[in-house]
Amino acid sequence: MIDFFYQILWTLDATLRVATPLILCAMAGIFSERSGIVDISLEGKLLSGAFVAAAIAAVTGSAWLGLFGAIGASVLMSLLHGFATITHRGDQVVSGLAINILASGLTVILGIALFKRGGQTPTLASDERFRPQELWFVDLMDNIPILGPIYRELISGHSLLVYVALLCVPLASFILYRSRFGLRLRAVGEVPIAVDSAGVSVTWLRYRALIVGGVFCGIAGAYLSISHGANFVREMSAGKGYIALAAVIFGNWRPVRAFMACLMFGFLDAITSRLQGVDLPLIGEIPAQLMLALPYILTILLLSGFIGRPSPPAAIGKPYIK
Amino acid sequence: MTASSNTTSGESAASFALELQKISKSFGLVQANKDIDLRIEKGTIHGIIGENGAGKSTLMNILYGLHRADSGDMFIDGKPAKIKGSADALSLGIGMVHQHFMLIPRFTVLENVMLGSEGGALLGAGRVATAQRLQELGQTFDMVVDPDALVSDLNVGMRQRVEILKALKSGANILILDEPTGVLTPQEATQLFEILDKLRDNGVTVLLITHKLAEIMAITDNVSIMRRGEMVGHRKTSETNPQELAELMVGREVLLNVEKPEANPSDVALSVSGLGCYSSRGHKILDNLNFEVRAGEILGIAGVSGNGQTPLMEVLAGMRKPDEGQFEILGTTITADTHVTPSDMRANGIGHIPEDRHKHGLVLEFEAYENMVLGFHDTSVTGEKRLMDRKHMIAHCAERMEEYDIRPRAPHLPAKNFSGGNQQKIVVAREMYENPKLLIVGEPTRGVDVGAIEFIHKQLIALRDQGCAVVLVSVELDEIMGLSDRIMVMNKGEEVATISGADADAQKLGLMMAGISEGAGA
Repeated sequence: MIDFFYQILWTLDATLRVATPLILCAMAGIFSERSGIVDISLEGKLLSGAFVAAAIAAVTGSAWLGLFGAIGASVLMSLLHGFATITHRGDQVVSGLAINILASGLTVILGIALFKRGGQTPTLASDERFRPQELWFVDLMDNIPILGPIYRELISGHSLLVYVALLCVPLASFILYRSRFGLRLRAVGEVPIAVDSAGVSVTWLRYRALIVGGVFCGIAGAYLSISHGANFVREMSAGKGYIALAAVIFGNWRPVRAFMACLMFGFLDAITSRLQGVDLPLIGEIPAQLMLALPYILTILLLSGFIGRPSPPAAIGKPYIK
Repeated sequence: MTASSNTTSGESAASFALELQKISKSFGLVQANKDIDLRIEKGTIHGIIGENGAGKSTLMNILYGLHRADSGDMFIDGKPAKIKGSADALSLGIGMVHQHFMLIPRFTVLENVMLGSEGGALLGAGRVATAQRLQELGQTFDMVVDPDALVSDLNVGMRQRVEILKALKSGANILILDEPTGVLTPQEATQLFEILDKLRDNGVTVLLITHKLAEIMAITDNVSIMRRGEMVGHRKTSETNPQELAELMVGREVLLNVEKPEANPSDVALSVSGLGCYSSRGHKILDNLNFEVRAGEILGIAGVSGNGQTPLMEVLAGMRKPDEGQFEILGTTITADTHVTPSDMRANGIGHIPEDRHKHGLVLEFEAYENMVLGFHDTSVTGEKRLMDRKHMIAHCAERMEEYDIRPRAPHLPAKNFSGGNQQKIVVAREMYENPKLLIVGEPTRGVDVGAIEFIHKQLIALRDQGCAVVLVSVELDEIMGLSDRIMVMNKGEEVATISGADADAQKLGLMMAGISEGAGA
């Protein structure tokens, strides 16, 4: 029984770790898409953030510089996306795809050129990364049954960036629903001409939304390469940006619901490794591929109207032309 | 005459809320506005009338900062004004209610009104202040709106009030309304006019842009007439009449009421019995309809929009299946179990001019000649060859354009680049070409200018006299009364009554549209 309890805790603990980049990217996606810009470039931003974080941390030895570098790189990618889609009214999906391809190629080429390790960056030492941290009172709480282990195993012992990701959710919610910026952002994703006629610049508003998204993706990238991992590996984002986008859709473009979707997708990922080779009663062994494909399958089911009805921002994907 | 005298310098009497001098604007080769002079007296309702494409909207967009004039001067309260964007216009006290509302359906009324002037980086305080201001304005001008209602739940008339409140809240004392009644029912339009009266009484200057003569006559103090980008006249409303205005607008004599000879109804072309339909949510939208239409007559269907006219037309055109009852259309009986498509209906001799030409009548991105054959791809209009013959289609389109005076005569121009009236003429030309035996027409003159209205009405009468049965759905009572031989009034999907066209007057129809039948049948 105790063993089972710990099994659950460890699975949930893994869920949180796997879900962290998804949560950050999903919040980025919400800001971008709520402003009316389709953002499949989450993947590319995540990947370039991961590379720059690891590269800078490796050269300077500072995790913080790595984090800021990642944010810078990711914001740069956002601005590129904005330049193509807002300033020049290009197709948002094409631009996003181009950024993903660019990130995928550029990270490997720069990696080989700079570090000569076949696209990887050098492995970072412990103090060059964001390491798991024990929270306060862990030892004190140990004496309390159930809550103690939950606190020690699940809540405490994550890297700073995991907590940042968790804080981003209420923050995103607050900005979207309680601030002037959020009101205008939501408006510009629905009826941009209404925002324009209210005397607010559509262009600048959408750029700001993309920049916020860039910051979130940058943190997510840094988490991948200098917190969860200890170096950059080619294609290490491995579709997480797309899954985050699926979570955005699943969460109906709302921060808290998208967060839940991220946890669900993270949970599926976490139990996949635990269920490998395990024969479940009645079902038998579940193929890992099926579990990995589940987020996408669920998203397709959602989009085709089997589970509720998604209501995307009305102006999404449409360039604003006066 | 209010503003025909020329001003020579930048000075202007302060009694004008707004003065424009020699405003010009071109888009590429098209001169949308040419040397426009305009003076609007403070605290009046000033109408600007002109056909679609006369340059009214461009002029208003310049005033509101959405476009910038190439040349010319603007004065507000006698002071020179530079308007570079809507923010400038708003700060100068110019508010605009656009033809297509600038509201966000998923936002509440309050959020919509706040947008752009939230009163701080966080919304909390602004919400309270805006709600209070909304209530004050609502009471002053007698247009109370629930601030927490979602705009998507409001009807069109209420949405328009929200737009007006939004402009007033941002401090507008010059209010521009662009074709405000285009989307309103007659009752809602009357309410709007009452609101405009109140605004004027409270010192607000109102600019009413419209192409409807009746509105100008009913509500304005002064009127300016535009034609082809130029200002062609200014009149005091009390000193002019609809005929004069129409002639100034069109530049030639027009018939406001088309002559209609006596009808000669012959065989029954359409016979509907017990027809019923349900919406996707299970509400009854058509309820036990029974009527006939004979060849050589026009049956007008009147009603406030949304009372079943749309599904009825869809059923008759083969776009929707009836759920109950049946109808016999040119010898074919159709019930809930009949498999029927719009092209079957067409092949059967039915023409359909849909009420929403953008959605169902045209492919806006397609060129005119392609639109001219939509739905008739397997008839001779696409040529005699096995494949579609482009040359033949283009020639066919050019002929129709000549016959129906569609401007510009450009078969290769995408449909979206034609004005509303000319788009409608493309649809009318297409649907009438095959000489239908039954024509289903929805809102044939919505967003269409006076000249084209006259033309389309004449075509409908001519078609009737050739022995075609016509079902005409329109929310414009004048149109229904001017064209119909019999009028069926609908309310909530049911027939209220059917009366003969000669017996109809607006008062009577208005009551019936509200569902009051007087027990009068015909």
